[in-house]
Amino acid sequence: MAVLKLEIVTPEAKVYSEDVDMVTLPGVEGEMGIFPMHIPLMTQIAAGEIVARKGGQDYFLAVGDGFVEVTGERVAILTDMAIKADDIDEAKADEARKRAETRLAEKLSDEETATVQAALLHSLTQLNVKRRRRG
Amino acid sequence: MASLRDLRRRIKSIKNTAQITKAMQMVASAKMRKAQMAAVAGRPYAQLMNEVLSAATAGAGEFSHPLMEVREGNRRAVILITTDKGLCGALNTNLLREAARLEPGTTVFISAGKKGAQWAARLKRELGAEFLYKDTPAFSDARAISKFAQQMFLEGKVDRVDVLFTNFISTINQRPEQRPLLPIGRLQKLQAGVNGENSAAELEPVGKEYQFEPAPAKLLGDLLPQYVNYQVYQYLLEAKASEHSARMVAMKNATDNAKGIIKDLSLEYNKLRQANITKELLEITSAAMAMGN
Repeated sequence: MAVLKLEIVTPEAKVYSEDVDMVTLPGVEGEMGIFPMHIPLMTQIAAGEIVARKGGQDYFLAVGDGFVEVTGERVAILTDMAIKADDIDEAKADEARKRAETRLAEKLSDEETATVQAALLHSLTQLNVKRRRRG
Repeated sequence: MASLRDLRRRIKSIKNTAQITKAMQMVASAKMRKAQMAAVAGRPYAQLMNEVLSAATAGAGEFSHPLMEVREGNRRAVILITTDKGLCGALNTNLLREAARLEPGTTVFISAGKKGAQWAARLKRELGAEFLYKDTPAFSDARAISKFAQQMFLEGKVDRVDVLFTNFISTINQRPEQRPLLPIGRLQKLQAGVNGENSAAELEPVGKEYQFEPAPAKLLGDLLPQYVNYQVYQYLLEAKASEHSARMVAMKNATDNAKGIIKDLSLEYNKLRQANITKELLEITSAAMAMGN
């Protein structure tokens, strides 16, 4: 059976690179599932959860917003943040969220607000993925 | 003439200094390698972004974006990437000399690194914002800086944005350089890695026909800010590698100097000690001769 190579890269590292059977992406215009032999596609994703199906088992990853290049044999994801669901430290993510929220409540300059909002989005995405898996 | 005890004290204190500078040299060389590795780690990202960019530009056809708008005015923002700490030779001095050449009336500085902010405050230059970045720059640091610069540009506060940073040419050679950031001119191939001469390669056309979702123009519009963010990230890494290599060289010189001084002082110390012994011997023998008579 044909496989898809799922690659997730961030500016800091190549986070994920494995052969999978199917990928579900949080597209900006709705969730989409990609199977091998998909037509070449360029698309955008919102912050959310990626599901990679491999050998009948689902693997979950939290990603930030980014871009995806799909070819018949490859799904390459370009994003700021990506972390495997198993690696998410819920306590840490929650703490980061609280910290970001308190910082937003304070009076901040424009440039700080942008940074904190991005951090908040990242930790929220991680928390959502983690909690949904457990519940 | 210094006494024996004074000399001994000085030798000891210089030895301590040499130890510290030696340690700093080692730390700097390790950190320099780390910054270089970080730049190389971004290579798959740069490659993929190049592919998406060229496919999207091909798909979008005639395309204009607020970030690409060329304006007539001469107000400009300069992202000044300096170090936080000193002890890195002439790195900041050289960079800030370049910065001082820029027209004071029309230039707003966005400083990354404490030295640049201090300089702007001292010279009463206009400072738009002050950012800090970590010793190993994170992408989020770059994104914050880049977002701020893009906002200034889009709001029309400035008509162009440049980056002034220290380019890493080799371990012993770093050069302050100014590069345009906004408006985005021709889209160039992104490079990853600290290699000094960033050759401006053109984007390679892609062979495949892609489908787009959303439309290519929309996708490209969202991609361009990312493109700028990534450029800023590369500049930060480059500046960081320069800083650490400059510090490494400066500290190596300091260690060598300290060793030279220790050598001179030891010689002087030994000479003095010898002279003292001779003097004492002379005194003893002359006393003995006086007694014998």
